[in-house]
Amino acid sequence: MAGEAPESSTAYITHHLTHLTVGKGFWSLHVDTMFMSVLLGIVTLALLYSASRKATPGVPGKWQAFVEILVDFIDNTVKEVFHLDRRFLAPMALTIFVWVFLMNAMDLLPLDLPGKVAGLFGIHYWRAVPTADVNTTFAMSLTVFVVVIAFAVKAKGAGGYMHELFTAPFGAHPLLWIPNFVLNLVELLSKPVSLAMRLFGNMYAGELVFMLIALLGASFFTFTVGSTVGMLGQVAMGAAWAIFHILIITLQAYIFMVLTVVYSAMATEHH
Amino acid sequence: MENLALIAQVQSYTAIALGLIIGLGAIGACIGIGIMGSKFLEAAARQPELIPTLQGRMFLLAGLIDAAFLIGVALAMFFAFANPLLARFG
Repeated sequence: MAGEAPESSTAYITHHLTHLTVGKGFWSLHVDTMFMSVLLGIVTLALLYSASRKATPGVPGKWQAFVEILVDFIDNTVKEVFHLDRRFLAPMALTIFVWVFLMNAMDLLPLDLPGKVAGLFGIHYWRAVPTADVNTTFAMSLTVFVVVIAFAVKAKGAGGYMHELFTAPFGAHPLLWIPNFVLNLVELLSKPVSLAMRLFGNMYAGELVFMLIALLGASFFTFTVGSTVGMLGQVAMGAAWAIFHILIITLQAYIFMVLTVVYSAMATEHH
Repeated sequence: MENLALIAQVQSYTAIALGLIIGLGAIGACIGIGIMGSKFLEAAARQPELIPTLQGRMFLLAGLIDAAFLIGVALAMFFAFANPLLARFG
């Protein structure tokens, strides 16, 4: 990505799938993912903060109206599913939605642009989509997992929650404690894994399809008939996939948000 | 030379696996989307006043149905371009 031409399509894609990494093995840190996600988090906060500072009770501006629609929409979604006090959950859902959406939206940047910009600073590897890194999605889903358990403990008490873990689906007979617990454990652990893998899988696949499309036009400067067709194909397919991807990134951000709320609501229900 | 034959074998099996992952996943996702879409249209024709409520849920479920397939595609692409099973041959 630093300017030199890739020698083959496999090398091009492998290069684009390499993170800027510090450290080795278990302690390796993906600096590009960290930087982009923190930057977009700050952007999220700044955008929403500016809307709340400039909010007027009179005629709202365009930006204020947009943020109000967004807040209303998410508050209604949470209200439909989660029936207890939602002063904590609704703002968290808003944060998740906007932040995940912005991180997903990095997929719509021209594929080589972030790498070229990073190349100006002498950095050779830069992946711009934080949610196409399994570390980001698992960090978010595990945080959601902790919140869900906290809601369960808050609604039922620590003892009540433990009681439910061992007696919930089948009954309170001591022989059934172990099967109950195993079943509950599977249910509990499948939530963060599926939440993280769903977002990661969608974004990773989307990014890879963009790379494959980019390869179509890669040989354009050899000026043959085939390469010209390839470049036209890149323009057409890139546009089509990008338009379809606008739907996907919004949908995945929405799904992540809704499932967080649904899991929290499930955790607070008594059996 | 023996190594080359082994690499070719791993590559060919990987190629078959990619086809199976994407093809079977696509069958499942398409059937799912088809059933959901037809039911949505039926429901919308019976009770048009429910369309706004149903539409949001339909998109949500479309995302959920698509997700497993796209995870499969991501895995398949990963194996197509950076095959960890081939990396053993170094």
